[in-house]
Order: sequence, then structure tokens, then C-alpha cells
Amino acid sequence: MDLFSNYIIHQADNALILGHRNSEWTGHGPILEQDIALSNIALDLIGQARNFYQLAASRINEVEPGEMITEDDLAYLRDGNEFRNFILVEQPNGDWAKTILRQFYFSSFQLLQFRELLKSENADLAAICEKSIKETRYHVKWSSEWVIRLGDGTSESHLRMIHAQQDLNPFIEELFVPADFDYEAESSGGGFLPEKLKDEWFQRVNDIFETATLPMISSEKKAMHILSGKNGVHSEHLGFLLAEMQFLQRAYPGCAW
Amino acid sequence: MLKCNFSKGHTQAARGSLEVWKTGSMKVYEIATMNKEEIIHILSEVKDPEIPVLTISDLGILRTVDYANDLIQIQITPTYSGCPAMEIIQEDIRTELAKHGLKNVEIKQVLSPAWTSDWMSEAGKQKLMAYGIAAPATHTCFLSGEDKPESCPLCHSKNIEMISRFGSTACKALYRCLDCREPFDYFKCH
Repeated sequence: MDLFSNYIIHQADNALILGHRNSEWTGHGPILEQDIALSNIALDLIGQARNFYQLAASRINEVEPGEMITEDDLAYLRDGNEFRNFILVEQPNGDWAKTILRQFYFSSFQLLQFRELLKSENADLAAICEKSIKETRYHVKWSSEWVIRLGDGTSESHLRMIHAQQDLNPFIEELFVPADFDYEAESSGGGFLPEKLKDEWFQRVNDIFETATLPMISSEKKAMHILSGKNGVHSEHLGFLLAEMQFLQRAYPGCAW
Repeated sequence: MLKCNFSKGHTQAARGSLEVWKTGSMKVYEIATMNKEEIIHILSEVKDPEIPVLTISDLGILRTVDYANDLIQIQITPTYSGCPAMEIIQEDIRTELAKHGLKNVEIKQVLSPAWTSDWMSEAGKQKLMAYGIAAPATHTCFLSGEDKPESCPLCHSKNIEMISRFGSTACKALYRCLDCREPFDYFKCH
């Protein structure tokens, strides 16, 4: 697969995998309204993923003529090492604090990423981001409010947020480390290098942590996690997620509603 | 006894391009002379399946309609990326046009410019309020800080509070009136 298609698939995979994780909360939310909130965010993300996959599929069909592939092939018939999502988004839901913090970290990143991609020379990619950025802005707002509410809430909710930070902080560095497809995207004018977003991301996240009375996080480069989702080296969690998500299409190929 | 309103139309359909369809109590259209405005009029029957008081024109989902050489080309845009109503809306558009004998239809989904609640018609906002859903309160250009409904759509009190940023569909948030105590949906500014 060509590098720029992988760049688009990276966006799609992030949205799909986090969307799927959020959908695991459907029917299990702590209160009905927040169950609905997460299900709606899941819907936004899976909608974004579909748009990215459709774009990637049409590009792959153009670049590599032969058997035509569809958005469904990309979502349901690739194996774990072909997925290009961040390790962060495949992390299990854990408790409410961990789910909230994962969403907050990711949406804060996605907002800046989409803002940059509005300038992409690939008009179709820019159009998807123009559509999606409004949804993402709302996800940032919702998750920020929850970070503040939990961090500056009870001693129990505060402690749980600290534990969530400890669990998820090791996966932050990956957001800003470029993969081959980032270099390709940058040089072709279709994208940019993610280091560009680093200072602003930390600034925005720490502003919320300050209000939430939570420990600030440092942007100093740490030893990189050995995993790299962007290069297809995932945590053990992705396999279990895919086993559930892809089961139906693998057991009953082409099955439709 | 069932009465078939289509029989006359079917006979005339055999006459080629000058098809005349009489469909129940609906207006009679001559396809050969049909213009864009008539097609838009037909499409005004297509409702949002989740908010059935609004048509796709009220919502601003229907972007363009072109009609040339017997081909109808329609562009629609989703409110939210994951809006599950889009596929049903496409089917409903086809069904509605087919009722008038119009079957050569191409529907394209466009993303840019991105849909905004600013495209909702004034008539649409009135219908929403009457249906019990608070309409988007602000033009998004003026949106800074809090986006909230002006008043309760049921008792019109301004004494309201948010229950949740997300409501029954992606495009809505959930509020409560502190006077009449009823919860209600708010169609968000987006």
C-alpha cells in the first residue's frame, strides 16, 4: 500500500478503534445521559472513520488497480499489524476516569491535527477534516469538563484520575513521533509532521489539568515505548478488540443488514 | 375496496418520454416538461426520519438539485459524520421521486462546505419549537462560549439548565426547564 493511503488509514484507524472502544460503554455507562454521550461520540468517530476509509479505498483502487476494495474490507479484513492507530486509542476502557482521559488526550490531539489538515493539498482529505473538526471540538469540550469534574471532585475521583494519568501517559510520546507516512504526507503537501503540534497540545492539556487540580505533564522527550501503533506494532489489546469487532465479517463474509 | 390510482399513469407511461403519472391526490407532473423547481417541490416531501417535522430542505441537508437530459443529480450533506439517517434519507429521496415516475436519479454526498445549523430555515426552527425541540439559538458566527437554548419550547420559560451535552441524537443536547420541570431536547448550534 502506498504511503499516503496509509496516512489516510492512520486517521481512519484512530477514529474506528476509539469509536469501537467507546461503543463498548453502550448500555454500561454510569448514568444514562453519559451512556448516550459516549455512544454519540462513538457514532461521530465511526462516521469519521467511514469517510476516511472510503477515501483511502478509492485511492488504493486508483493506485493499485485489480481487485476493488471497499471501506468494509479496510475495517473488517485487515489484521492487527496492518492497523495504523495510536496505541493510546486501543487501550481498554478501564474505569470512567481512564475512558475520559483517553478521550481528552485523543480529542485534543485530533482537534489540532484536523486544523492542520484543513490546509492539506488533498482536497478530499481537507473536506473530511472540515466536517469532522466541529464534532471533535465538542468532544474536547465534553471531555475537558469531565477531567475538571473528576480531578477537582472527590478524593476518590481525583485519585482515579491520577491512576488514569499513570496508565495513559506512556502513550503520549507516540502522538508526536513521525512515521514514514507522515514524512510522505509532509513532502507531498497532503499533511504535516506531528511534532509541530507538540507544544500546543501540552499547553492545552496542562491548562485543563491546572483547573482540574491534577499534576501537570512534561513535554520533555522520554524513552519511547517499544510499541509503535503507527508502524503496526500494537499492544496485546488490539487483537482482542479486532476479534470482537471483525468476527461477523470473518465468519460470514459479505454479511449485510 | 382498494382503488388503484396508478392505472391511468401506467397506460400513458408506455408513450415514452412524455410520461404522465397521476399518483393519488398528488399533482400531475409531465416528466418531459418538469423543471427543477417542481423536483425541489417533490423533495420537500422528504422528512428527516429522526425529526419527522423537518424536511431535508428545512434542515439544509439538501444542497443542490440539477435536472438535465432526464437525469436528476442531487447533492446532500450530512449534519454529523456518523448521522445514521443519511442512508434512509437517500432511500426516501429515491422513493419519493419514483412515486412521480422519476427513476433516473444520482445522489451524491458532499462534505464541504460542512453543514452548519445556520442553514436551518426559519420555518424549520418554528416547526422544531412546535414539536417540542428547542431550535439552535445562535448563528455560529456569533458563537463564543456557551451555546444554549433561548427558552423552554413547552412553557417558554428562560429558567433552564443543561442535563447533558448529548441527547437522543448526535445533533441534540438535553436540557430541563426549571419552571415546568419538563426535560427537552435542544438542537445544538454546530
